[in-house]
Amino acid sequence: MKQSPFDRSWRRARGAGALLLVIFLAGCAGAAAPGPTGSGPTQRQSLDDIALLDRLSWGATPSDLQRLRRLGVERWIQEQLHPQDAPAPPRALQERIEQMTIAQRPMAQLVYAMEAQRRSAEAIEDADARNAALQDYQREMNRLAREAATRQLLLDLASPTQLQEQMAWFWFNHFNVHQHKQLVRAMLGDYEQVLRADALGRFRDLLADSARHPAMLAYLDNAQNARGHINENYARELLELHTLGVDGGYTQRDVQELARVLTGFGVNLQDPEQHDGPKLRRDQRDQYVRQGPFEFNPNRHDYGDKIVLGQTIRGSGPGELDQVLDLLSRHPATARNVSRKIARFLVSETPSDALIDAMAQEFRRSDGNIAAVLALALQSNEFAHSLHQTFKDPMHYVISAVRLSYDGKLIVNTAPMIKWLARLGEAPFDHAAPNGYSLDESAWTGPGQMALRFEIAKAIGAGSAGLFRGEGPDAEEMPAFPQLANALYFESLQAREAPTTRQALEQAASPQEWNLLLLSSPEFMLR
Amino acid sequence: MDRRSVLRTMATLPLVTMGFAAAGAPAGGAKLLLVFLRGGLDTASVLVPIGADFYYEARPNIAIARPNGGAACALALDPYWGLHPALGPTLLPLWQRKELAFVAFAGTEDLSRSHFETQDSIELGQGLGAGRDYSSGFLNRLVMQLSGTRPIAFSEQLPLALRGGAVIGNYALQSATKSAVDARQRSLIAGMYAPTRFAVPVGEGFAVREEIQRDLADEMDSSARGALSAKGFERDGQRMGKLMNESFDIGFIDVGGWDTHVGQGGTKGQLANRLEELGRGLAAFAAAIGPRWRDTTVVVMSEFGRTWRENGNRGTDHGHGTAYLVLGGAVRGGRIAGEQRTISAATLFQNRDLPVLNEYRALLGALFARQFGLTRAQVAAIFPGTQPRDLELV
Repeated sequence: MKQSPFDRSWRRARGAGALLLVIFLAGCAGAAAPGPTGSGPTQRQSLDDIALLDRLSWGATPSDLQRLRRLGVERWIQEQLHPQDAPAPPRALQERIEQMTIAQRPMAQLVYAMEAQRRSAEAIEDADARNAALQDYQREMNRLAREAATRQLLLDLASPTQLQEQMAWFWFNHFNVHQHKQLVRAMLGDYEQVLRADALGRFRDLLADSARHPAMLAYLDNAQNARGHINENYARELLELHTLGVDGGYTQRDVQELARVLTGFGVNLQDPEQHDGPKLRRDQRDQYVRQGPFEFNPNRHDYGDKIVLGQTIRGSGPGELDQVLDLLSRHPATARNVSRKIARFLVSETPSDALIDAMAQEFRRSDGNIAAVLALALQSNEFAHSLHQTFKDPMHYVISAVRLSYDGKLIVNTAPMIKWLARLGEAPFDHAAPNGYSLDESAWTGPGQMALRFEIAKAIGAGSAGLFRGEGPDAEEMPAFPQLANALYFESLQAREAPTTRQALEQAASPQEWNLLLLSSPEFMLR
Repeated sequence: MDRRSVLRTMATLPLVTMGFAAAGAPAGGAKLLLVFLRGGLDTASVLVPIGADFYYEARPNIAIARPNGGAACALALDPYWGLHPALGPTLLPLWQRKELAFVAFAGTEDLSRSHFETQDSIELGQGLGAGRDYSSGFLNRLVMQLSGTRPIAFSEQLPLALRGGAVIGNYALQSATKSAVDARQRSLIAGMYAPTRFAVPVGEGFAVREEIQRDLADEMDSSARGALSAKGFERDGQRMGKLMNESFDIGFIDVGGWDTHVGQGGTKGQLANRLEELGRGLAAFAAAIGPRWRDTTVVVMSEFGRTWRENGNRGTDHGHGTAYLVLGGAVRGGRIAGEQRTISAATLFQNRDLPVLNEYRALLGALFARQFGLTRAQVAAIFPGTQPRDLELV
């Protein structure tokens, strides 16, 4: 059988692994990272840092590579792991985000306003007028969801804190909610932002971010979960997906008991300044909790004692949630389940047990410090060996293509990207089931998906593709063309091309066709 | 994908591509469509036990009423079972023509009550032993037993059931548009992939796209001219029928929206709307596949049934036993097949769900054997460690 170019690049990556390890060891010993010996960086080394950049960012760009080389690998990785020290996002990006409704108005305001709009629309007697009002409502809800998707994509394209952005996507996907459930569209911006802020922080915080968020409580029906009217949906996914994992050793009984703990934690969509809260018995009033749309309603809570995973949770009210989140986030099965999933995202689809064990141990030692767990994974040989071996899911594919095409130039319109992602089956916030988008290569390499990917490559390579057209019918379009034949390509990407890829590129009849072929090439499908 | 699976892929390449190269499907060749309802269909609302008082006690708000001469009630299939009225216009005629059978008390032995876990274990079909091979689904193993058959997944992603040794194409019916990548570009791209592990899916992807565009050319032209076309699953059913009439033998589609924890409704409402669309799609498929309907069997299944009792939100939670629909021109229909039991609190599984009396691997294995003329050894290769249980469905 013929050698595949991927076998070849795998061997190259092994070389890269040895090099990286040296740098890390030097870093650990407190010595300065050794610079390249001899005059300039060798081609082989540039391949290595590109592979690293491709893995830890949303796709290599000429300017990010420049920055990585200026800082050196070790410092760059530290900056990515601890983004508080990273440079601020470009001014143009900040301004775009500051103009968004989701940045200007807190979620609570948005939710109350949208709920009020929905209620008044539904109260209209005349059918035509009611439908028109409901359409307005839907349009505004869609706009808010679109803003959240746009902010995420712009940050993926241009934020200097690329690893944080990747982990923000990872955590949203881990604690997945679907946009088309009740008022979730008005909550997406906040939910996404809250998870971003803790993306490299503590797992316990991330778990609480999701457990207290009205988007999660609405999405998994916990808003309906009340004493005597048990709904197990959230309790089950909390154990199965968010923490212990399906083989984590819990039972149906644990699901039922956890569901009892979760009774009363729900969502109140009405502004407390204009609407009364629930009527409460005098002795329960101090138990009531309200933080924006998040509500703990003692009337709906089961105050009996529960036994979750062998531990008794005394029926005491809102504090029970923290007790079970402590229990779940510190459970050994959680350390393993979450470590394994992170390794599958950032190392390889089939991480070794040794790596998972080491990460899980670090998870427990550091009390769920995500940056520490990542740092450990990045130091492994397994990570170095895995570079440029992972098939890009559509999100990585589309974002990396646009990043490479336009580098620092901020796109105007994300609608084409959202459309491409939807066609490829990975639109933002659009996975209906709580398990999130798949991390398996085989989920994205079906024949139909490959064929579609080349169609998208053609659209991106052919011109500005609508990415620089303003919104609205009369909007102007900035002239732009994908700059794929850039410095990064000639200095580095070209070197890792298989002969078959080079032959195909040589036959391109136009710059557009060259772009199509580059973005369709097997090398560009891997990160 | 590791080296082993590359080798496996190469080994099986001729089988499937030869199928594509053939002028048409083998005349009279058997066809199979698997419709997977993701989310856990509440089959007690589809195949309604109108003879069971316990059903009405357990579901004070959402039960489908006994036949009462009106429209908002079940349609009697026999003295014990009835059909959801939303399925009346589309599926009752099939039942009356004896082209629709139900297997009640069907399902899997998987007890996780997790959507994902159960869907995965069903699609892999490897039994509930220790290890799982995620690169081998049961429909892929079926394809491996047949020669010259042409399989396809009508979905954006290749489902687990179809992953494995044979490379199987997938095509999302929603994206039936003309290709922008021209023939020369396709051949350049195929050249780049020739030495890689993606060579086969890339080639297959181009082939399937071309074929589908040919088959659906009329429809694409007419919809481009603004002709009214069916929507949703009805349109999918129409397209699948046309494609399976002309080009494909084994199809798979998944349909979501069945996880009715809250306010599922009764004769009207959320679930009724989904069922109505499902019925319209199945009827459209039967019509569009034309004379090949007599060679075709459609199996409609879901990962599990739902709790027998309604929950506190007029919905139902994850349960266990379910019911399968089996439709087709050669189906021995008009009956409820398989082992059955009177439903009462005492016969519920874990005092909560329908029991599983007809394990799916056993019944599908026997169905495949009849449909495709498989030997016992071939069935064992598809569903290892299972004794086929022949319900004489075809």
